[in-house]
Amino acid sequence: MNTSINPPIIEISGLTRKFENKLALNNVSLQVPRGRVFGLVGENGAGKTTLIKHVLGLLKAESGSVRVFGFDPVAAPVAVLSRIGFLSENRDLPPWMRVDELLRYTRAFYPQWDPAFAEELRNQFGLDPSAKIKNLSRGENAKAGLLIALAFRPELLLLDEPSSGLDPLVRRDILEAIIRTVADEGRTVFFSTHLLDEVERVADDVAMMFNGQVVLKGPLDEVKENHHRLVLRFESPQPAAPKVPGVLSITGSGLEWTVICNGSRQETVAAAARLGGRVVLEETPSLDEIFVARAGGKIA
Amino acid sequence: MYAYTMQLHISTGDGVPIYLQIANQVKHLVASGRLAPGDEIPPIRVLAHQLLVNPNTVARAYLELERDGVVVKRHGSGTYISDGGSPLARKERLKILAQRVDALLTEARHLEVAPEDLLKLIHQRHQSMQP
Repeated sequence: MNTSINPPIIEISGLTRKFENKLALNNVSLQVPRGRVFGLVGENGAGKTTLIKHVLGLLKAESGSVRVFGFDPVAAPVAVLSRIGFLSENRDLPPWMRVDELLRYTRAFYPQWDPAFAEELRNQFGLDPSAKIKNLSRGENAKAGLLIALAFRPELLLLDEPSSGLDPLVRRDILEAIIRTVADEGRTVFFSTHLLDEVERVADDVAMMFNGQVVLKGPLDEVKENHHRLVLRFESPQPAAPKVPGVLSITGSGLEWTVICNGSRQETVAAAARLGGRVVLEETPSLDEIFVARAGGKIA
Repeated sequence: MYAYTMQLHISTGDGVPIYLQIANQVKHLVASGRLAPGDEIPPIRVLAHQLLVNPNTVARAYLELERDGVVVKRHGSGTYISDGGSPLARKERLKILAQRVDALLTEARHLEVAPEDLLKLIHQRHQSMQP
């Protein structure tokens, strides 16, 4: 799919945000191209939700800029919000409404609401129209939120931790919705998650946040192809992690150590050889391993 | 008709890119005769839904298969397993086995078993499997 002729759907440059003394976002820049699935990953507290609040215009950029469909979401909320289907992590639906009332209520906000599609989704999700929101299970609640985010066929589907705390069947519905959104109409999806398996399945592009900064971003295939996992075997047991220059992480003990490196495979091999280590196994690391190596800590 | 029953299985977390998993498994199905020349494989969107993966990933796998001559796109119609698959099928069969042999050789080296002894073992096992 050619995306070069289209301006990005979301364009964030140099965005910085402080909460009291804590730097929640630190000089964040990223672009979400039209027609792609963009996965934003990072631990809880990395800044993902704060970033999404800026996209929705719920927070104003202190420094840097945020453009969605070319508009500033704080200055032009209608132009932006009428084109975004949003599912929040908290799925704050009105508890006193029935499912059918929720659909009628939401429909009033969106001229492009598609009643036939809404009904199809309601059937597919197995939601009883007469059920009260407050009586829905956690999974049904998520599906109801997803339904109203999808039924007006938004240009941008924005999901904040959509799978958080849900069982595999509901997670499957959410992944299907993402795939359907890009496959059938070439629309755009931006979602945050700490489940790297989901990113690996559905994302075209990925950005990883750590402590308010974007530490890695790019097309998923490139990110994977540019990283290498090497197992090094040394001639004698190493009392501490060998200092191989240029590697992102090194773990192991004694004779064998695993390194994750980025791009510079040959340099790493040469540097290891100077320290008396040779490569005994080489594989492509999983996204999980890349992120752990990048962040120096476990995601999830 | 569509080979809608094409059963592929995607695993994440083991480092093999998903488009390559799809391409390799289709090659495997062709090599083992479960997909025959002229069989139509599912449209990109259908397979993306079935496997729960990004349609662009499926498109990339199909492109790879087309480049390798495993499938052909027919204008305005669909994607089909190409004719004359047998020489390719043999090449692919050997390629699949080569990966297994590589893993076996690595394991033999770790267990300090020489390649000649490994060959002998293969012959022995082959003999013992004869009816």
